[in-house]
Amino acid sequence: MAKTDIGPPDYREMIPEVVKNNYGKWKYHEILKPGVMVHVGESGDELYTVRAGSPRLISIDLVRDICDIADKYCDGHLRFTSRYNIEMLTPKKDNVDDIISDLKQLGLPIGGIGNAISNVVHTQGWIHCHSSATDASGLVKAIMDELYDYFVGFKLESKLRIAVACCINMCGAVHCSDLAVVGIHTKPPKVDNSKMSAVCEIPSTIASCPTGAIRKTSDGKGVEVKEERCMYCGNCFTVCPAMPLADPDGDGVAIFVGGKVSNARKPPMFSRLAVPFLPNNPPRWPEVTDTLKKIIEVFISDSLKYERMGEWIERIGWEKFFKLTGIEFTEHHVDDFSTAVGTYRTTTQFKW
Amino acid sequence: MAGDTPLLDELEKGRWPSFVKEIKRAGERSPAAKDLLGLVEKSYKEKITHWKHGGIVGVTGYGGGVIGRYADVPEEFPNVEAFHTIRVNNPSGWFYTTDALRTICDLWEKHGSGLTNFHGSTGDIILLGTQTEHLQPLFNELTEAGFDLGGSGSVLRTPAGCVGPGRCEWACFDTLDFINDMTQSFQDELHRPRWPYKFKIKAAGCPNDCVAAIARADFTVIGTWRDSLRIDQDAVREYAEKGFDIKADVVDRCPGNALVYDEKAKRLELKPDDCLRCMHCMNKMTKAIRPGVDKGATILIGAKAPILKGAFLSWVLVPFMKIENPYTEVKDLLEKIWDWWDENGRNRERVAETISRLGLKDFLKAVDLEPIPQMVKHPRSNPFIFY
Repeated sequence: MAKTDIGPPDYREMIPEVVKNNYGKWKYHEILKPGVMVHVGESGDELYTVRAGSPRLISIDLVRDICDIADKYCDGHLRFTSRYNIEMLTPKKDNVDDIISDLKQLGLPIGGIGNAISNVVHTQGWIHCHSSATDASGLVKAIMDELYDYFVGFKLESKLRIAVACCINMCGAVHCSDLAVVGIHTKPPKVDNSKMSAVCEIPSTIASCPTGAIRKTSDGKGVEVKEERCMYCGNCFTVCPAMPLADPDGDGVAIFVGGKVSNARKPPMFSRLAVPFLPNNPPRWPEVTDTLKKIIEVFISDSLKYERMGEWIERIGWEKFFKLTGIEFTEHHVDDFSTAVGTYRTTTQFKW
Repeated sequence: MAGDTPLLDELEKGRWPSFVKEIKRAGERSPAAKDLLGLVEKSYKEKITHWKHGGIVGVTGYGGGVIGRYADVPEEFPNVEAFHTIRVNNPSGWFYTTDALRTICDLWEKHGSGLTNFHGSTGDIILLGTQTEHLQPLFNELTEAGFDLGGSGSVLRTPAGCVGPGRCEWACFDTLDFINDMTQSFQDELHRPRWPYKFKIKAAGCPNDCVAAIARADFTVIGTWRDSLRIDQDAVREYAEKGFDIKADVVDRCPGNALVYDEKAKRLELKPDDCLRCMHCMNKMTKAIRPGVDKGATILIGAKAPILKGAFLSWVLVPFMKIENPYTEVKDLLEKIWDWWDENGRNRERVAETISRLGLKDFLKAVDLEPIPQMVKHPRSNPFIFY
C-alpha cells in the first residue's frame, strides 16, 4: 500500500548553506545588473541570485541541464520564482558571470529583476486545456520575443507585469496585471440536448450562468440558452460538456490594462478593459503584440518614475489613456455587470 | 499522426526560450510528446482546442491531484488519447536540490511524456501528460521518494508563499515554515474534496506581495509590523550623498504623507501614526529603512478570479495577528471559516461569494470577529439598516 498524506519535501532540506546560516537575518539587497542581485545578511554573508527566464513548459532534459549548472556552481541548489523564472543561488560573487554564461548557452535570458518586465504568468491553452479560447504558450512566446529587451534590460522606471489567460477563468493573477491578455469566446454555446442528461447535472448547469441565461427545456430533459443574455463566459461548459462554445472565428483575446497587486504607493487595482477583441492569429498574434508594444511605449514616454501603469492611468485619466494610445473606446468598455454603477464618473472632473 | 508542424516551427525562432523546442526535445523520447506536438499544430491550424472535458481519474485514497485529460481526435493522435496531468506539491519557496529535481525527472521519464511545468500557477510542479495505467505506479514511486500530490477540485489547494526569510530582508514572518505547516497540517483537506468549492491560502512576507496573495487567495496572509519602521540615518545620508532625490522619489510619493526630510541635515523622520506600511520608501532605500520589530501579519479574505460573481481582491479581516509556529490562532480562524462556509456555501460558491450573499456582518459573527473600521474603505452610504 502506497504512502499517502506525507506532504511535500521539507524546504529545510532544499535550502543552501548560505540561506540556512542567514535565515530571517537579511539586511538589504542590491540589484547589480539585469537579472543579478545580491542579498547581504546581518552576518555580512552575501547571497547572489542569477535569474533566468523560462518558457514554463519545459522538458525534463532542460531541467537536467539546469541541474548541471546548479551542481557546477551552486552546490546543487536552485529555486524557481512565483513567475516561473529560474534562480541560481550562490554565495560566491566569482561564480556569477560563469553562471550567466552557462545559462545563456542553454538559450535562457538573464533578467526579470527590478524595473523590468518579468516572466509572463500564463495557463495551459491549447497545450492542455478543454476550455481554452486561445493558446497561452504561443502568445507568451510571441509577446516575449517582441518585449525581450525589457526582460534583459532596465528600460522601464517601474515594474511591469504581464499575464496571459487562455479563458476568463483566468488561472493566475490576470485580473490584476499591468497588461493582461485574456482568451475570450464571442459566440454562445451549442447545446447538445441528446447528451445532456448523460453528462450534465441540469440544476448545476443552470446555476453556473452569471447572467441567468440558461433555463430548462419544456420537457425538462435539457437546457436552452437565452442568447441575448449570454456573454460567452463558458462557465456552463466548465460544468457541462454538452455545451461547447469554442469557435475558430468567434474566439480571440481581449486586452486589459492597469492592474497591480502590490500595496506600494497605491492600493492593489484590477486590470480594466482596453481592447475588447483581437482575433486569434497564430502562431504570432501580431495584432496583440503590436498593441502591447504601443501601450508600453506610450506608458514609458508619459509616466513618472516608479509609476505602475494603473497609477499612471489613474493620474492622467482614462480619456487621456485612450487618446494617447489611439485605442478606440466602445460600448463594450462600459460595464454592465453587477459592478456597473460604481464605475460611472460621478464628477465633472474630466479632461477634454 | 505527428508530421509537419510549420506553425509551431515558427515559434522556435526568436530570442525568448521556446516551448516548441521543449516539446520536440521530449518528443525524441516520448511518443506522447510527439503526438502532443501534432495535436497542438492542429489546434494552431484550426484555431480550436482539441482537448475534451477531463474524466475522473486519480490515485487510491485521494479525490484530487490528478487532472484527467483526453484528446478529442484519438484516431489521429493515439498517444495522447489519454494525457493526464499530475500536480506534485512543491517544497515551500520553490527551493530544490538537484537531487530532488533529478528524482522527479527520472520518475517522469519512466512514467510520462517528459514534459513539465515549473510551475503551475498555484505553485505545484505539473507533470504534463501520462496514461491512466501509469498514475498509481507513478504516485507510489513519488511518495516513496518523499513527494506527494497537490490539490485539485473542491479542496484546499496547495498553499503558496514567497521566499520570505529564505532571502528577503522584508519578511515579517516565516512564510516558508508557515506554508509548509499549513500544507502538512491540512493534508486531509488538501487531498479529499468536501467543500463547496476550492479554497486557497497564500502567504506574502510583506505588503509588496510577490505571490499576488491579495489577488488570488481566499485566505491571504500579508506580513506587516505594528510599531514604527526603522530608519538608519547614516545610510540615509549615504543615499543623499550619492545623488538620490529622497524628497521627490520617496517623501513626496508616500501615500500617508508620513515622511519628513530635512535636506540640510539629511535626516529622514517618520510619523508612525500616518504610515500605511506600503513599502515604497523601503523598496527604494533598502539600506536605510527596515520594517519594525513588532512583526506579524494582516489576514485578508476573499480574493478570486471572475467566475461567478466577478473578480474580487481580498479584504482585511484581522489587521494584526502574530504568525508563530504552531500557528494556533490562524488554524482556529481557518476552522471557523471553513465550518461556516461549508455549512452555508452553495455548490461552486467561493467563500467571498458566500459572504457577499449572506452578508459580512453574519460572517463576522460566525467567526467571532468584531467589525472594525480597518475592514472597510468607508461605512455604508445607504440608510437601509437592519436594526
